[in-house]
Amino acid sequence: MEFDRAFGWLQATPVAKAISENEILFPWIESVHVLAIVLVVGTISIVDLRLLGVASLDRSARRLMQDVLPFTWGAFVVAAITGSLMFASDAVNYAHNFFFRGKLVLLLLAGLNMAVFHLIGVGNIAHWDVTQQTPWPAKVAAAVSLLVWIAVVAFGRGIGFTMH
Amino acid sequence: MSPVFSKSLNAICVWIDQTPLSQAIQATSWVVPTVQTVHILAIAVVASSALMIDLRLLGIFWADRPMKAVFSRFLPLVWWPLLILFATGAIMIIGEPARSLKNPAFQLKMLLLITALIVTGLSQFFRRQDGTFGDLGSAPRLLRVAIAVVSMLLWSAIIFAGRWIAYYA
Repeated sequence: MEFDRAFGWLQATPVAKAISENEILFPWIESVHVLAIVLVVGTISIVDLRLLGVASLDRSARRLMQDVLPFTWGAFVVAAITGSLMFASDAVNYAHNFFFRGKLVLLLLAGLNMAVFHLIGVGNIAHWDVTQQTPWPAKVAAAVSLLVWIAVVAFGRGIGFTMH
Repeated sequence: MSPVFSKSLNAICVWIDQTPLSQAIQATSWVVPTVQTVHILAIAVVASSALMIDLRLLGIFWADRPMKAVFSRFLPLVWWPLLILFATGAIMIIGEPARSLKNPAFQLKMLLLITALIVTGLSQFFRRQDGTFGDLGSAPRLLRVAIAVVSMLLWSAIIFAGRWIAYYA
């Protein structure tokens, strides 16, 4: 893989070496990562269930997204930072790990799905914002989101079982 | 830990390890990772629901909704997924008894879990005693904030301890 040289350089940087060599640093970063992912998945499912028309039906979909998504984003940023730090500490091996690569693809899918929803699927949200029946594009986006994030958790576990 | 206790714990672990169910779980490579994934997803529901309640107690989330509505929306999602957590947890304990039961991180996790459930139960108890508990502007503010902060710290610690089981195995 052409990127191996870049990844090799990355894992030799002082920060990356500090994480990989320190027995306590990696577990702490990893624990924060797990907590962050747990909160991303948990909060996004509140939104997804609303878009599916399954829960929080007494709340406007738009208001719900406004209220919940800031926490989802905050948690995601923490997950991304901690994930990047862990990746850096053993970049070449992670880059060649099937589950890590799969997890990145899934994250891309989640991002794409979100973009498509906010650009297209959200459609005329003013019309269906407070109805309990949500339009099918919103339902599809929500279902895809849930499935992708469940897979992210599964693949994340897969990394744990196949890395050391 | 007293010698009698650790000897009994050892004996229990050995006994579980030799049961057909444990052997079957150990022999089937996909069981533990799958069960762990379900366990994590259930934790996501519990922890996020507890977080929403705690953020409301702090007046940061859904401050415009009555506490009653937040409790009724999220409390069931703190308690019911516990069934899934106990079931998946049981499978993991049966499949790897020593890795869990003799593990200090696991033991700490269980202590923290009991505490977190007591704190959650307490907030429900306060609610029943005082119908305005949690409503912003109602006294005592310190109790509201304390319960929210302690709850968030406990659930975070539980998740940390869960991850650390692997490091003490």
